[in-house]
Amino acid sequence: MDVMPKWADVLLVPIISLLLAFAISALVILGIGKDPVEAVKLMVSGAFGSTYGWGYTLFYATNFIFTGLAFAVASHASLFNIGSEGQATLGGLGVALVCLALPWPHWTLALPAAMIGGALFGAAWAFIPAWLQAKRGSHIVITTIMFNFIGAAVLNYMLVNVMRPEGSMDPASAKFPPGASLPTLHDILAVFGIPFSKSAPANISFLIALLACVLVWLLIWRTRFGFELRAYGRSESAAVYAGISPSKIIIVAMLISGGLSGLMAINNVMGEAERLVLNSVEGAGFIGIAVALMGRNHPIGVALAAILFGFLYQGGAELALWMSIPRELIVVIQGLVILFTGALDNMVRMPIERIFLARRLSAKSGE
Amino acid sequence: MDFSTLIQILDSTLRLATPLLLACLAGLFSERSGIFDIGLEAKMLIAAFFSAAVAYDSGSVWLGLLAGIAASMVFAAIHGVASITFRGNQLISGVALNFLASGMTVLIAQNWFQQGGRTPSLLGKARFEPLTLPFADALKDVPILGPLYSDLLSGHSILVYVALLAVPASWWVLFRTRFGLRLRAVGENPAAVDTAGVSVIGLRYAAVAIAGLLCGIAGAYLATGLQAGFVKDMTAGRGYIALAALIFAKWRPWYALGACLLFGLLQALALRTDVVAAIFPFKMPVQLLDSLPYILTVVILAGFVGKAIPPRAGGEPYVKER
Repeated sequence: MDVMPKWADVLLVPIISLLLAFAISALVILGIGKDPVEAVKLMVSGAFGSTYGWGYTLFYATNFIFTGLAFAVASHASLFNIGSEGQATLGGLGVALVCLALPWPHWTLALPAAMIGGALFGAAWAFIPAWLQAKRGSHIVITTIMFNFIGAAVLNYMLVNVMRPEGSMDPASAKFPPGASLPTLHDILAVFGIPFSKSAPANISFLIALLACVLVWLLIWRTRFGFELRAYGRSESAAVYAGISPSKIIIVAMLISGGLSGLMAINNVMGEAERLVLNSVEGAGFIGIAVALMGRNHPIGVALAAILFGFLYQGGAELALWMSIPRELIVVIQGLVILFTGALDNMVRMPIERIFLARRLSAKSGE
Repeated sequence: MDFSTLIQILDSTLRLATPLLLACLAGLFSERSGIFDIGLEAKMLIAAFFSAAVAYDSGSVWLGLLAGIAASMVFAAIHGVASITFRGNQLISGVALNFLASGMTVLIAQNWFQQGGRTPSLLGKARFEPLTLPFADALKDVPILGPLYSDLLSGHSILVYVALLAVPASWWVLFRTRFGLRLRAVGENPAAVDTAGVSVIGLRYAAVAIAGLLCGIAGAYLATGLQAGFVKDMTAGRGYIALAALIFAKWRPWYALGACLLFGLLQALALRTDVVAAIFPFKMPVQLLDSLPYILTVVILAGFVGKAIPPRAGGEPYVKER
């Protein structure tokens, strides 16, 4: 069955897809009359040339690791969770409610509580679509899309009517207490005497995101539930025959997926903004889809792809600043990456498979 | 609420329902053939931009409409290549196209017009003018029916009537022609259609192309009829509302008209907070009004109020030999 060696599947196909996406992006940059080589140089130096750049790249990457893992976990059960955006929005609400509930004395107390709040709210937002899929057969893609919009409306309502401090016109919550402020990478690295930019928003959430990668790996490949999850994802009928309950898999997988999406909020809401604003997720939920696709639903791949997208985001901001290329270029590149690594996967895969097949056949006939 | 306010609200319902209806019928053709399309939004958006840009440059709204349809068809073709020829994931293709349209429109708009990602405002012949139906002026003073005809039905741009006529046309094509029968069959059981010697791929491409055409008209209406020019992300989730309407309508053309008028009414009400305050005895949050289409769709999907059963082969790429 496996025509290709594993390395070709894991590395060669995504890299060729990525190159195709970048080649077309370069054409787009040429098309709007800018120099792609200069643009790439600027993006690389802007994202990796300074600790300030790194700080932003890793900050964005943290968001994408959480949403990428969320999509990957659901994917292993053959569930297409397009609702990360809404789940992360609600996660933000959970984190904000926890942060504002008490005058937190120290972040070491506030962070675990906020993580529970974010994960619970995110998971709760995933629970209804999951339950409807498991018990009523409602298509999870459509319900999660609907829940993205309902989630945005809930956040809007809460910010405008409930959480807005008196006298403020801004649809945003009050500022979190200072005790809920998370240490940035600057603070953490200073302990080891390593200088790091003070103004970049990357914070301890990045380490938690990496920890989440390890835990997701353990869950999927080293636990009984992970085995059941993958078995169900491969073949529902075989899983049922083996005594695995589809309802349980669907609901638990979506709760974990929603929880991971919700956890994203410790980075963007608690770590950076330190208050809850409208549209704080900024599309990270959808980028999670691209990240998981590129990373082949494996935590290591997700982490690497998240850093790639973090680079695109930070580099794109630099382009807007210095070359007056609109930030929307990044949205175009995102779209192309998703198109080539996801939807047009077979376009790249089929010819490569044919080459490997031909080589194998000629090797055989030569014997 | 008096009668003239009611007419006003229904009038704006009709206008707001038009893009939803066209996109919903687009989704209907695509999904009936077994191709999920969450890229309705993308096709409308790219069509909105190109129709506004070309209408502005040429001064002719008809050329704009053609350009919009062409742009939408190109996106439909990409979706077709990805999901039919290369048997990719149809949802992922839709997500990718949504990103692509959202980014490309602003990028090109900024490059062409330097107005912060919008087109200049359209004037005169570059827009679809309101059309006065025959005898609208003469019948104006007939009580009740007069305003219904001359204020509500008359005085819309031609694309509104196109959208309304597209409903019976879609019904006829899908349920009264051989092509329609095959199209529906290919969404239920492509293997059977293939066995009968009819091309599954050809039928699905045809369905996706029709979806492109309808979304193109929807997008052109947004930028040259409903509004005067393109602005960033002007579809504002209408593609998803159309998708919701499609499920609400259980993949049927006449039900689609009803669902889109209902969702159009909700959008029209959300614009008239004074009327909302008068109708409801309690304070109705505008956010609840905004999200009602989505909530209603989830309720329908949950199967508590009638069951919505999608075409059986939806989302599955067809592989000829197993």
